Amino acid sequence: MANEPKDLLLDAGRVRKEFGGLVATDDVDFTIPRGSIVSLIGPNGAGKTTFFNMLTGVYRPTAGSIVFDGIDITGKPPHAITKLGIGRTFQNIRLFAQMTALENVLVGMHARLHSGILGAIVRGPGTRREEREATEKARELLRYSGLKSRHGEYASSLPYGDQRRLEVARALATGPKLILLDEPTAGMNPQETANFIDFVAKLRDDRGLTVLLIEHDMKVVMGVSDRVTVLEYGEKIAEGTPQEVQRDDRVIEAYLGKGATEHA
Amino acid sequence: MKLPTRMRGKGPDAHPGEDTRGWLPPQVRAAWERLPEPVRRLVLPLALVVLAFFYPKYAESLPGAFPGVGTLVIMIVFTMMAVGLNIVVGYAGLLDLGYVAFYAAGAYTAAWFASLQFEQVTFHFGSVGISQEAVGIHISIWLILLIAGAFTAIAGILIGLPTLRLRGDYLAIVTLGFGEIIPQFVRNGDNIFGFDLTHGTFGISPIDSPGFGTTLEDAIGVPASFQQSFDRAQWFYWTALGLLLLTVFCSVRLRDSRLGRAWIAIREDETAAAAMGIPLMRTKTWAYAIGAFFGGIAGAYYATFKSGAFPSDFFFNVSIFLLCMVILGGMGSVWGVVVGGLFLAYLDQEGLAKIGNSFSDLIGKQIDVPKYNFGVYGLIIVLMMLFRPTGLIPERRRKKELAEGVHDESLYDVSG
Repeated sequence: MANEPKDLLLDAGRVRKEFGGLVATDDVDFTIPRGSIVSLIGPNGAGKTTFFNMLTGVYRPTAGSIVFDGIDITGKPPHAITKLGIGRTFQNIRLFAQMTALENVLVGMHARLHSGILGAIVRGPGTRREEREATEKARELLRYSGLKSRHGEYASSLPYGDQRRLEVARALATGPKLILLDEPTAGMNPQETANFIDFVAKLRDDRGLTVLLIEHDMKVVMGVSDRVTVLEYGEKIAEGTPQEVQRDDRVIEAYLGKGATEHA
Repeated sequence: MKLPTRMRGKGPDAHPGEDTRGWLPPQVRAAWERLPEPVRRLVLPLALVVLAFFYPKYAESLPGAFPGVGTLVIMIVFTMMAVGLNIVVGYAGLLDLGYVAFYAAGAYTAAWFASLQFEQVTFHFGSVGISQEAVGIHISIWLILLIAGAFTAIAGILIGLPTLRLRGDYLAIVTLGFGEIIPQFVRNGDNIFGFDLTHGTFGISPIDSPGFGTTLEDAIGVPASFQQSFDRAQWFYWTALGLLLLTVFCSVRLRDSRLGRAWIAIREDETAAAAMGIPLMRTKTWAYAIGAFFGGIAGAYYATFKSGAFPSDFFFNVSIFLLCMVILGGMGSVWGVVVGGLFLAYLDQEGLAKIGNSFSDLIGKQIDVPKYNFGVYGLIIVLMMLFRPTGLIPERRRKKELAEGVHDESLYDVSG
């Protein structure tokens, strides 16, 4: 990576989330350098999605701070965080099922468009131009995400893989600097997974995006990640390059169980 | 109407009405196909509008089952409210069981600013058909409609701010509460620390009439005051028709806008909508405010038509009645709601009585059918849910949903 170590797009310090007595993330420090692909991995229930939801404002952290692009976003509402430049997908696909692919992407642009109520009713030249440009941009995003011929189809009628792509297209439409992908390859076969990982690399290389990937399957992220952070029971147990993490005893233990390190 | 046409794409369901024209002669069909798409889309609505416009001219010669012009005014007012409610329930998916509150707010705005109620002051602005010496506030009804819309929209925002944080059933229950509070307030508002705001159970009557004033009457023959005109019903009818068309127009334009997309996105999945940068509270509050705006205008117009605002008009069952119109017509479908609204309001005003009479004649025994009105509406809704759950004219999205059975909205937030 050509980045200077100081150029952090996201800097989360001692982020803690408690649900009643359960500590879902325990004082996790986490940084994302600008222009990198970073992965957050860990077994199921390790607190990955909780952490993710705090970054995107769905949950408010119990303690700790999250700074994005120089702005403290701790506890800000989701729509404000999206507007600042964090786009996301969902682990269980959450498209707007009764909207077309194109409309889904247009909804993603909501924060970047300006027309209001009077504009909607009068539909003056400004509003019409904005809608035209937005539609054009949405089509381009669909093409980019490999959904060229599907813009008029309802999200619910798309095949599974295309729904995943549409989620990414919709997240791109929010105009993000950082895109968070929550287990994007879940349910994909190895070939689809490989294609998708190439697509993620392309997002960074073509669009200059910074990517945070969440995965429970370690293999998926090894090839593409610059850095990997491993969570277990809400605690950060390892951090580093994929190679370093792969060799870490605690990681192997977390994934394969106690005793695995002795036989390895 | 350009954008939605393109957005709909060229899928097989893009123009659902068109495969059914096989009964037309081939020449006519070919001519129809040659017409440009925007023209074809406008033909049917325009024809209906023209028919509706001339209704008072041929109403006399129609069979007895057709509603009178005066009845039509009431039907249209209720339909306007249903179209307003559809923005809240159909577009944004917020179940509002207290819409009657907006109706009351509109009616009382008219009652305050165009009647003898506040005898402490004498203020006239563009009022017609009353003596310039009359006490109370008398503002032109045309202006009152706007004021009532604005006032009710503000009421909608005030009610919305605390309640719209709730989801689903909870929201429905709280709106139900507000729907009860407002009429109670109206009923007991005749002595607020000695001040008579609402005139209690007696209501406020008479309310000034709309009209064009004597100058215009002399010049082009339009009535100075509708209430005092010979063609009273007809003028009220045309105005109501205009207001309904305006409501429908705004409603369609809003649906196909950035805001409309945001509403539908919230209806589909609130969590995802927020993650796409849609401010939930603000967007929902707008749905409330705009829905209330049209409810307020309809309420004010009805008050001036009846020349009175009475607390007995604002019972909970009105909210349910309006909701039935939306469900019957098709939630989210503007034209569906118009049809559903006109149909149910017709049954309520005249239809049930007429059906009852025919039925009684048929079996030779007197049965008071209108007494069972809510039973009949309930039956209609049950039958609808069984045979056509998406409504008479379904919104294109919901039609899709039901055909495929793919709605997988979770009842709770499962992203955590």
